[in-house]
Amino acid sequence: MKRLVSFFLLAGLTLVACGEEAPQPAPEGIAGQSITLLTHGSFWVSEGTLQAFTDETGVQVELLEGGDAGEMVASAILTAGNPVADVLYGIDNTFLQRALDADLFEPYESPALSNVPSALQLDGQHRVTPIDFGDVCVNYWGDRFDETLPPPNSLNDLIDSRYAGQLVVQNPETSSPGLAFLLATIAEYGDGWEEYWAALRRNEVAVTTGWEEAYYGQFVSGGGDRPLVVSYASSPPAEFIYADPPVESPPTGVLLDTCFRQIEFAGVLKGTPYQAAAQALIDFMLSDTFQEDIPLNMFVFPASQTATLPEAFVNFARLAEDPYQLSPADIEVHRNEWTERWTQIVLR
Amino acid sequence: MDTDRLTLIKGHRLVWCGVVLVPAVFLGVFFLWPVVKVLSLGFTGRRLWELLHDAVFWRVLWFTVWQAAASTVLTLVLALPGAHLLARYQFRGRRLLRALTTVPFVMPTVVVAGAFVAIFDRFGLNDGLFRMRHTVWALLAAHVFFNLAIVLRVVGSYWEGLDSRVEEQARLLGAGPGQVFRWVTLPRLAPALASAASVVFLFCFTSFGVILLLGGPTRATLETEIWRHAVWRGDMASASALAVVQLVAVMALVVVSNRLQRRRGGREQTNLGPRPVASWPLLGANLGLLLGAIGLPMLVLVERSLATGHGYSLSNYGALTERVSLLPVSAATALVNSLLFAMVATALAVLVGGFASLVVVYGRRGLSHFFDFGLMLPLGVSAVTLGFGMLVALDAPPLDFRSWRWLVPVAHALIGTPFVLRTVVPTLRRIDPRVREAAMLLGASPWQVGRLVDFPLAGRALAVGAAFAFAVSVGEFGATSFLPRHPDRLTAPLALFRLLGTPGDVLRGQAMALAVVLMVVTGLSVLVIEGRSSRQGVVRGDF
Repeated sequence: MKRLVSFFLLAGLTLVACGEEAPQPAPEGIAGQSITLLTHGSFWVSEGTLQAFTDETGVQVELLEGGDAGEMVASAILTAGNPVADVLYGIDNTFLQRALDADLFEPYESPALSNVPSALQLDGQHRVTPIDFGDVCVNYWGDRFDETLPPPNSLNDLIDSRYAGQLVVQNPETSSPGLAFLLATIAEYGDGWEEYWAALRRNEVAVTTGWEEAYYGQFVSGGGDRPLVVSYASSPPAEFIYADPPVESPPTGVLLDTCFRQIEFAGVLKGTPYQAAAQALIDFMLSDTFQEDIPLNMFVFPASQTATLPEAFVNFARLAEDPYQLSPADIEVHRNEWTERWTQIVLR
Repeated sequence: MDTDRLTLIKGHRLVWCGVVLVPAVFLGVFFLWPVVKVLSLGFTGRRLWELLHDAVFWRVLWFTVWQAAASTVLTLVLALPGAHLLARYQFRGRRLLRALTTVPFVMPTVVVAGAFVAIFDRFGLNDGLFRMRHTVWALLAAHVFFNLAIVLRVVGSYWEGLDSRVEEQARLLGAGPGQVFRWVTLPRLAPALASAASVVFLFCFTSFGVILLLGGPTRATLETEIWRHAVWRGDMASASALAVVQLVAVMALVVVSNRLQRRRGGREQTNLGPRPVASWPLLGANLGLLLGAIGLPMLVLVERSLATGHGYSLSNYGALTERVSLLPVSAATALVNSLLFAMVATALAVLVGGFASLVVVYGRRGLSHFFDFGLMLPLGVSAVTLGFGMLVALDAPPLDFRSWRWLVPVAHALIGTPFVLRTVVPTLRRIDPRVREAAMLLGASPWQVGRLVDFPLAGRALAVGAAFAFAVSVGEFGATSFLPRHPDRLTAPLALFRLLGTPGDVLRGQAMALAVVLMVVTGLSVLVIEGRSSRQGVVRGDF
């Protein structure tokens, strides 16, 4: 565990190193405009956060929610050129290439990107801007493991017969964490991923359609009997904050060597008549005001290194030091063939 | 029928125009145009051709059809005893039972699926020889749970109006109870049975959450495949080809079922006599059946909503008024939003469905067939098709409705209208023309006839349809999840889904409490909506 650096530490160091940057002056002539921000269905920021943007720039922001990330991207592609909104937030690296191929975004390089690690900036042309990120990892139920049977450590451990019948995953064709976990195994094993999944199947892995059914149906947390589940690195802080009765520490932990990194981006939609205002909103989404509001509303990590994390995240959220990653282009080119093979190996 | 129509049209041509135009414009703008537009964007004949040569496609199509057919038959069989009880007998709590049976309809699938799995768990049916989880049996059971109310209410309200003296005469002539049912009651119920069956079939044909959550990851229907291709694979060509197949299948089904309803529908006198009091064994057997089919999952939810970290309490309910940071508004506000949308959607569905029913029954043949056919289609069209269709078709003036607040209730009303149509049309058709002729002989104008004869008689059916439209709106989670919406207009099912999307016992407790409140509120609303029509029933008796 010591090898793994808490994200907070890194963020704190950077904060000291960079210091506070002067806020960018708002461009002339955008005051009084009203723009629309289209988000996926899990988006929320605290009341007053967007008001701060309006106070600063005079630009009103109207929020619109689409469905989940996949539905939102599909509908944005369908309405390309005549978008419902001016800015889109919530597209992740697994869908990114599809949106880029559909030419949805106007390039914009925000000055605030200087605070964002370059590892998160996946599009060199800055058509999209990273706003937050999180890891999809195997979570474990602490009470079910002890010295005789310690929690597994790696992907390899999961095919060990000692953990037979313990893991529940989601179908990568219907679930976003399910897809992320499949991508993690592909990043680890390369062409050997098929053999790995055949072994997982022999080790009695359970498959559900979505996250809810896995976490609340089959994982111990919801009364199920499986102590290992594919979920998020930020699930333990949620278990802590929303525990009933309150607990000292979360009942779950994260296997940090099984994580796939998901990065969420925002972009200015092509066809907007309010480009300057839309760009100002992108800048604002990278400001500390917005970034520090992200963790407890959406349970993901802010992209900006100058943002301070809330206490529950500092104490209980861990990030993988070296998470699995695949390029968005790779994912887009191969995903259908991968998920089809996966279906044959695991479900047929 | 011709004389009725003529008198109506002659009397008030302008009014009749309005009666025709409202449903026509509604259907055209919010359904036909979006569906045509979205399918024309992605559809290619080549992809369809490839699909038709794909064995997987045929397997999916076959499964879609047979699970819907099996669900429909099962629902019909299990609902008939209850429909009989509600239609023919008097007992304490009759109205309450009627309202309660409508409740499953609004339950969010994700919660119901959880309740089913919990029940399987309790009876040891999750694994082993009698495994239910991730089998087709789980899926059928859930379809019965959701759809029982449709048969119960559509057939029940029709049955209630049938003249029970016909059965008495058959019995006097020596027929046994089985014979009376088979040869006297069943044929006369045919129009309502066909009505209810077609609605249930369409619902199961396009069922989404139940298939994915209870059928398990290996089962696919046209509906889930359209979604998977459009959303997950970004393959609009395949999604459109599948959607066209779905649309054609639904159109064929609606044509057949409408034929059946027209052919079997007979006119007869309405039931005027008092209902006998139900005996205890009859009541007990029926309640037992209903408890097994729809009561258990509801009880599981109530139990879960009361469970907290320190024993059973109401604290989950108390928490509903406080906003958790994951939601834009509190769960209670989301509930108010849902109710507001449901009221608008119900009003729209009653208006559109009521007018359309008049056209179907009294209108010119072509128009009548068109409305009877067209207004049923939204029930059988994929939520993806409808949701994306609205996005791409309603995007420019004069039809710029994409981010319009009220597009959500409009989408709900599209799905609610068929219920109004399917309950009102059989009732209107059944009205004995002699009643109308008598009224006219006595000097009533055509509109007085409408007001004094048709409306009171159809009122009961209209109320049943309205109750369903309301329930559909409160529970709808399909098309609307594709429509961009304002976060402060979050509806209760969406709030519930979001609460369940993050770990934590508090959130789960709140979600369960919200589900129970949703049930109670729906039950009460149905009582209120139908309560009004009971008074109209008195008018009917007096007449």
